[in-house]
Amino acid sequence: MKRWQWLSLFAAFALFIAACATGTTETTADGGTATTADGAATTAAPTDTTGAAPTGEAGQGGDFLAFQWQGPSQVNAYLSTGTKDLLAGSLVLEPLAEWSPGGELVPALAAEIPTQENGGIAEDYSSITWTLKEGLLWSDGTPVTADDVVFSWEYCSNAETGCVADFSTVESVVADDETHATINFTTPQPFPFIHFVSYTYPVIQRAQFADCVGAAANACTEQNFSPVGTGPYVVTNLVPEDVVSYEMNPNYRGIPEGKPFFGTVTIEGGGDAESTARSVLEIGEGDYAWNLQVAPEIIAPMEAAGNGVVQVAFTSNVEHINLNQTDPADDGNRSDYAGGSNPNPVFFNNPDLARALSMAINREELVAVGYGPSGIPTCNIWPSEPAVSTNMDWCLTQDIEGANALLDEIGAVDSDGDGVREWNGIPLEFDYVTSTNAVRQSNQALIESYWAEIGVVANMRNEDAGLFFDGTAASDASIWKFFTDIQMFTNGSTSPDPQGYMVQYTIEQIPESTNNYAGGNIPRYASEEYDAVFAELEATSLEDPARNELVIQLNDLVVGDGAIIPLIHRGNVSAFANSIQGVGDLNGWDSEYWNIEEWTRS
Amino acid sequence: MAQYILRRTLFAIPTLMVISLIIFAILDLAPGDPTSQLPLTLPAEVRENIRESLGFNDPFLIQWLKWMRLMFINEPLHAIESVFNVCFGDCAARDRIISWSSRAPAIDIMFQRLPQTLWVLGLAFILGIIIAIPVGVLSAYKQYSLFDNVGTLGTMVGFSAPTFFTGLLAIVIFSVTLGWFPSFYDSTLVVNSWSSFLAHLKQMAMPVAVLTLFNTAALSRFTRASVLDNLNDDYVRTARAKGLGEGRVVLTHVLRNSLIPVVTLIALQVPGIFGGAIITEQIFRINGIGALLITAIGQSDVPMVQTLTFIFAVLIVVFNLLADITYGVLDPRIRYD
Repeated sequence: MKRWQWLSLFAAFALFIAACATGTTETTADGGTATTADGAATTAAPTDTTGAAPTGEAGQGGDFLAFQWQGPSQVNAYLSTGTKDLLAGSLVLEPLAEWSPGGELVPALAAEIPTQENGGIAEDYSSITWTLKEGLLWSDGTPVTADDVVFSWEYCSNAETGCVADFSTVESVVADDETHATINFTTPQPFPFIHFVSYTYPVIQRAQFADCVGAAANACTEQNFSPVGTGPYVVTNLVPEDVVSYEMNPNYRGIPEGKPFFGTVTIEGGGDAESTARSVLEIGEGDYAWNLQVAPEIIAPMEAAGNGVVQVAFTSNVEHINLNQTDPADDGNRSDYAGGSNPNPVFFNNPDLARALSMAINREELVAVGYGPSGIPTCNIWPSEPAVSTNMDWCLTQDIEGANALLDEIGAVDSDGDGVREWNGIPLEFDYVTSTNAVRQSNQALIESYWAEIGVVANMRNEDAGLFFDGTAASDASIWKFFTDIQMFTNGSTSPDPQGYMVQYTIEQIPESTNNYAGGNIPRYASEEYDAVFAELEATSLEDPARNELVIQLNDLVVGDGAIIPLIHRGNVSAFANSIQGVGDLNGWDSEYWNIEEWTRS
Repeated sequence: MAQYILRRTLFAIPTLMVISLIIFAILDLAPGDPTSQLPLTLPAEVRENIRESLGFNDPFLIQWLKWMRLMFINEPLHAIESVFNVCFGDCAARDRIISWSSRAPAIDIMFQRLPQTLWVLGLAFILGIIIAIPVGVLSAYKQYSLFDNVGTLGTMVGFSAPTFFTGLLAIVIFSVTLGWFPSFYDSTLVVNSWSSFLAHLKQMAMPVAVLTLFNTAALSRFTRASVLDNLNDDYVRTARAKGLGEGRVVLTHVLRNSLIPVVTLIALQVPGIFGGAIITEQIFRINGIGALLITAIGQSDVPMVQTLTFIFAVLIVVFNLLADITYGVLDPRIRYD
């Protein structure tokens, strides 16, 4: 080999590298927005520091830099794979009405909230009619009409679209005229504020998505990345799971009032909760960091650095223990309800045992170790006002002695002297599973030690979250299959109204092999009484004060009957830089960006 | 030589097909659910519709054949079309490999992620070579000298300290305490002025330094060992006996012979540059290829994982071939035909 061959080989390699590098610079070059690496330090125009409503011209505030460690994949809520996408979409697409942090409905595209008084909700709850605001424009300048609402339903109700939203209770959506859309339900819905309410049900434009219905939805990359919207911003550049750049929507209805304050928004993805918390709280290089479930001993010192504040929003998320009411033994109908023929030998219909297990737990300690300000001890599966039960509050104080006495009383005694109690000859030794997560494992270890004090053995196990929450038939570790005795995880309602959440403890919702594990009744709780009270709730109107009483009854039944041991009412945690004003309370019921047009920088 | 390259290339095709089948089989056997991050309250029928629309429920062989068609026919056609700005047949409606999480073409996403990975890993790789080879040669030539001992210590520290430790240390010192560098990588930064160039240097400084430390350590130890082997060979003594200067002996004869194993190591590391550094990218929040792969695995985004791992396989096959050819260049005794 000659020297020139040697050199040319290297030259070829260098060219190859260079070709890759140049080819890709172009992709980033059309990004458009002028983001700098240290977004927080970019100067905003001096503004009103009183914290009042924004004054002056819209878009004066420069860039708002948000960190979402799970970066958005695309911004069409109907194809989202998680909250990360819904959030990113909520800057662009809007529903008819939004939930406020306090769980109140706030009109977004709607002129007002329909009620029975104003004729918006039918007497028999079979339909709801929404009226659009006057003069609404899409970001491309065309008018928003009721037909777009109809289209959003058509788009999503086509099974082949693979839509994430649930329109199964909707018979049809009809445009009465340009500004009135009526949703007709298959059965009466006393709580009709599901569809086109909150960031999970935005209105999309027919003109843009007309060719994206059904199987074609997957190929509509451009539409899903940069939808024509009505919100304060439009997407200028989106790199999946990396970065989303927005600029102000030139046709946004708030512009005459000087909203939004920030001219551009950047959502940076990547890293983990801890590193994004550090960016905002400790380094001060960003304005907002989302979803910071970090151990209190890590996040508290970061907050002490003084660059930002941690905000918590409590909704209805409860970390709870499920006691399997069916028999997980592998004998053909593993954890199947099977019409009641496969009861769990220990947990089925055994409220006193569940009560003793619950009494032994020191919830304050669980919170202190794992959650800090983002957790509150609770004894309820429905923890949100105004329907909060106080009947189960005995669980708030740990009572090992009481638990031991109760177990003695019901005959669960240690008859063979091995330190483990027996129930009908079966030792109280259980597999106790949760997802792999440092906070959960520390809480698991504590609970294991509490139960050891009352002669109950819990064998800790944890499963990867991807397998634990895997809804396909492939994962035997999934929460729906529940092939074990005890599972711990968090669940909560997406809407402030409890009905859609409490339905999951009805018999119909029990997941088992015959229905391909479809249904949310994970503990397989089966109570005729519960089903009867739930039917009553379904028939009770929203205005009726009895509704709250019924929710409390349902809560007391599922907890009191020993299917569930609630542990901690969990909040969503996010951080804001000190300079950001006008956020108000963090919104847990809707997008945390729900009022981003009000946000300013001091 | 040309015949050898042709033979190797042709042989690579069935190899790659088998690799893609194996990857597919592994992914199919692994449990996973593209809807696992959606709210638990979402009804099962809705979940099933989503899986159905993604093609998740298709039988394994059908999925593989579909993917093969897209990977070997549609994607190359699309690449040719976009490079030469032409259109064969119905080019607008041609199916491409679509990621399940973003519903965007997987290959496009990969190319969007490539610049940051190449910048950081490529730079660390090149800097690593530039530092490691002189250090290795000098350490060997002056074995057990102060330089060698200090170099040994330094490389041992660099090799033993994992990047998740040195990376965090760098962030705590240079981002949190001193505030010199940002702790994340902004891939939208366009270098068009001195200030943006400086910002680009700042955001690359820490990850490049950490990775360079790691690369240098391994490579310089390897170079040192290889040079030591050669320094005691007969041909070195002959060269010295002939009266050649030390410079020529070491830099021309010893270095060239010592580089043969080093070049193999370097060539086999190149696919790794494209593969990204999963841990380092995670720590410094560089959303490169490594981060893309990990996110895709976490979201059970099978088409994305399949495409990425397959392209890594292609790169490994290609660079193995390049390494073999380079042997022939460095050592004229090696002949392939």
